[in-house]
Amino acid sequence: MAEYEAVIGLEVHVELKTASKAFCGCSTAFGAAPNTHICPVCLGLPGVLPVINRKMVDYALKVALALNCRIAPHCKFDRKNYYYPDLPKNYQISQYDLPLATDGYLEVEVDGRRRRIGIIRVHMEEDAGKLIHEGEALNPGAYSLVDLNRTGVPLLEIVSAPDIHSPEEAYAYLTSLKAILQYLDVSDCKMEEGSLRCDANISVRPRGSEVLGTKTELKNMNSFRALQRALAYEIERQSEILARGGRIKQETRAWDESRGVTVSLRGKEEAHDYRYFPEPDLVPLAIGEDWINRIREELPELPAERRRRFQEQYGLPPYDAAVLTASKSMADYFEACLGHYREAKTVSNWLMGDFSRLLNAHGLEPEQAPVRPQDLAELLTLIDEGTISGKIAKTVFEEMFLTGKKARTVVEEKGLVQISDEAAVLAVVEEVLAAHPGPAADYRAGKEKALGFLVGQVMKATRGKANPALVNKLLKERLE
Amino acid sequence: MVIISREEVEHVAWLARLELTEEEKEAYTHQLNAILDFMQQLNELDTTNVEPMAHVLPLVNVLREDEVKPGLPHEEALAGAPDQDRGQFRVPKIV
Repeated sequence: MAEYEAVIGLEVHVELKTASKAFCGCSTAFGAAPNTHICPVCLGLPGVLPVINRKMVDYALKVALALNCRIAPHCKFDRKNYYYPDLPKNYQISQYDLPLATDGYLEVEVDGRRRRIGIIRVHMEEDAGKLIHEGEALNPGAYSLVDLNRTGVPLLEIVSAPDIHSPEEAYAYLTSLKAILQYLDVSDCKMEEGSLRCDANISVRPRGSEVLGTKTELKNMNSFRALQRALAYEIERQSEILARGGRIKQETRAWDESRGVTVSLRGKEEAHDYRYFPEPDLVPLAIGEDWINRIREELPELPAERRRRFQEQYGLPPYDAAVLTASKSMADYFEACLGHYREAKTVSNWLMGDFSRLLNAHGLEPEQAPVRPQDLAELLTLIDEGTISGKIAKTVFEEMFLTGKKARTVVEEKGLVQISDEAAVLAVVEEVLAAHPGPAADYRAGKEKALGFLVGQVMKATRGKANPALVNKLLKERLE
Repeated sequence: MVIISREEVEHVAWLARLELTEEEKEAYTHQLNAILDFMQQLNELDTTNVEPMAHVLPLVNVLREDEVKPGLPHEEALAGAPDQDRGQFRVPKIV
């Protein structure tokens, strides 16, 4: 497969978290009872007029600037016409030939190599409603139910250039893009709630070739990992067809997560013929320097800047800085910890290790963790004071995470205070040496490894509470 | 002068979900060609230095603040639905 190179472009749709919809005052809140956030404007009833939500444009400008785009001085909205039950007006208000912004880029890092991925365009549009398909198993005369709450929620479409050459790069692009959107605080970016969605265009070509192959469009990827897998599958599928002299068919394919394959949507999708024309109900936007400068001044510190600052200000290795700043809430958590504890690298290790593991296991974001930054700081202080060992601290931390109790409380309740009393540890050392004469003799005979076994036995006998440095020291002294 | 063919008229009618009789197809092909032919006269004008017009009104940036306003009461919103089920519009099955 190495002789083929993939050419991938990604199309990301992201819902902007304005309070009201793009062109009417209906709420955008997720999870309301069906068809309770709708009005004559988003339902497309006769005689209504849409009006542009200023915040949608502000948010879109933030994204466009963060993606280094050129902002169009004049842009307009267009109608994209098609028939589908989730689109009550029979057209979607979108932007066609004069989008808000063009020609940007995003920097991604894969395997330590930084690359720029071009952004072709960023434009504003409105979301469609939701369809629920009912009665499929039992009833051949099945029907679909339509909830139009989502209809008219502001949406941003971000189209990358075909600059992506591997599933890993696609994953990195999405991760970076999501981080920027979260730093800008313009979207929830929840794939499970549909506030971030991604389609991919992919073709392969013989490595070294400049000619583009025939592409397929991939849909229905419900996570970044699914997208990565779908791309990997599609690269293999297309490469195999080309390798045996076949031709790729230009088509839309859906990712089937359970089977791990892409399947053709042939026949289910109509030919695209949207007959775009300018939306006569909305006057154009003229975005001048003043507006752009105001938005530019509102831009927060973005992931790339924060990563650099973490390296410079806290002396973190590039890897740590990149991992921590990939998520705004993790970076915020990190800095909050440093308000209570000085050692940046120690905090970083805990956050990238046990903290991330437990967050993932419980499906939580850092700000939802039962352990607050000051609680983690207290735990780390207990280690520094010698009250508990680093090993015991892991147990304590897990208990804190599960119960929400503070470090000191867990240590006291569970009797986990480290035994640093020399006489007490020595007594256990003597017992262990008496019980295991073999390993003791081995160590004396020069087998360094035997010491590890003996340390382990002492730790076991004290249920991990003995001060490890002290155990090492005393064992060595007794074995001299 | 034929600018739009009968096949194109049929295609556009299908896209708009319009069912046309043979006579209507014939008539619309004729009428659309007459309109487009008339429009072609505009092509004779030199528009080199004329800025493209995006809207008939000389207005830009008509915006509203991001404020939530109550929409339609639920029953009213569904009142015009030909069919409904559990608070939702019910339509023939779509895949």
